[in-house]
Amino acid sequence: MLIKKGAEASIYLEEWCGRKVIFKRRHPKKHRMPELDREIQIQRTKHEPQMIHRAKEAGVPTPIIYTVDLEEASIIMEFVEGKQIKQILAELSSEERISLCYQIGKIIGRLHKNGIIHGDLTTSNMILTPYGNIVLIDFGLSEQSMEVEARGVDLHLMKRALASTHYEYSDECFKAIIKGYGEIMGVEAAKAVLNKMMEIEKRGRYVSER
Amino acid sequence: MQEGYCLGIESSADDFGVGIISFSGEVLANVNDVYIPERGGIHPREASRHHAMIASKVISEAFSRAGIKPKEIGVVAFSQGPGLGPCLRVGATVARALSSFLNKPLVGVNHCLAHIEIGKMVSKAIDPVTLYVSGGNTIVAAFEAKRYRVFGETLDIAVGNCLDVFAREAGLKPLSSKPLGAMVEELASRGKVLVRLPYTVKGMDMSFSGLLTAAVNIMREGKYSLEDLCFSLQEVAFSMLTEVTERALAHTEKPEVLLTGGVAANKRLQTMLKIMSDEHGARFCVVPREYATDNGAMIAWTGVLCYKFGMTIPIERSFVKMRWRLDEVEVPWVRTPNM
Repeated sequence: MLIKKGAEASIYLEEWCGRKVIFKRRHPKKHRMPELDREIQIQRTKHEPQMIHRAKEAGVPTPIIYTVDLEEASIIMEFVEGKQIKQILAELSSEERISLCYQIGKIIGRLHKNGIIHGDLTTSNMILTPYGNIVLIDFGLSEQSMEVEARGVDLHLMKRALASTHYEYSDECFKAIIKGYGEIMGVEAAKAVLNKMMEIEKRGRYVSER
Repeated sequence: MQEGYCLGIESSADDFGVGIISFSGEVLANVNDVYIPERGGIHPREASRHHAMIASKVISEAFSRAGIKPKEIGVVAFSQGPGLGPCLRVGATVARALSSFLNKPLVGVNHCLAHIEIGKMVSKAIDPVTLYVSGGNTIVAAFEAKRYRVFGETLDIAVGNCLDVFAREAGLKPLSSKPLGAMVEELASRGKVLVRLPYTVKGMDMSFSGLLTAAVNIMREGKYSLEDLCFSLQEVAFSMLTEVTERALAHTEKPEVLLTGGVAANKRLQTMLKIMSDEHGARFCVVPREYATDNGAMIAWTGVLCYKFGMTIPIERSFVKMRWRLDEVEVPWVRTPNM
């Protein structure tokens, strides 16, 4: 069953070996030369599970990868039971919301501290499991970087996602995220990233979507 | 609004162009004179010297082609930025002089905005995702909430710059009839082998400097023909451009894709974007070369739009803005169907 079709890949919910799984398949691009297209598809299909694995090493829960098929540029991974943070944020009390966002901040901090930039931090890419864990999904745009610029962009994306979908309490949420982030990164490093984020916002370079 | 004419001056880089356009959008003249360096790229000082030398000649020719007298001009517009400082200042100086002599309002036009607006006008696009690719700019933009938002752009050099520098390193020399990009395209059409080169898309942004360095280094090794290298360089660079344009198109769900700028003349790039646009059910529009490369008509037309919305500037505040971003400008004349 197709659950999402993006510019880059399609996401299906399937049954595989008795398990509920996510099947992610990258589309061949007809505008590219087949040779180049293959190379890019293979590179990205390899890259995503590697980054998911690195995130685990950094102590960030991510889906289990079952198989990777480079031939058809597809990945079969765990379907994470639970609810998207996006869906539940509104149902929580202010206290619960702040505590959840604090946890999210810690997760982002662990990624950044270990040189991982998620590239698409939104509340729909975070799942709260029935066991109370937050699982981060979709590493399709992730990259490895220790640079303040990349971290700043990542945080800015998070802030913008909050502002566009949860505008009533985006400020308190983002503050809690920063608190958790600082806890892991250290106050000084977190401050540097925040300053960079503000500089990026002033550049107006990433104000594309509202 | 009373009918009238706007004179626009473009001088942000190697072209000095003067366009005269009626308020309803009829182009009466579009005259251009390009500076061709004897060797190397555009030296800002040398280019500005060229502009200053030929400015009066280009303006006279524009008036004679338009068949109107200077006093019939209602508005004077100039390219205020972004671009090379010394070059922009020549156009700005000429525009201020004309505006003050004719006693007509002055409009400072954003160069990137002008490319989009003239492109929309000549190709009748209404609300496109624009890919603007030239020697100085590489931008994917679309209208959203009062401005053309930049969805993706280059993190370092422009794609046209990448192709030009590669061509120069290969010993090619530009002609007024044939720019370096056209020479690379011709060589590429005879290439067959795809050489491995770095493909760099970061989120929605692109990087071309590593691609250029890699291509030049491989060329110096001498293992591949220049045809194969040009072919590979184009394939990789244009695939990156198409991917980012596709992302912006999928995200915004706009009905059109508009290709403009000097690199828009490249047939291979056109083909790639056409295939991608067709897959998304979007209409693909290419701006004809006369209006895709830097030209005065685009400044004149955008000057008309700005003037209609009162966006004139006093001479004492008409400084050039070398790093003026496209998304800093509000465009009150744009109305999209969902607004």
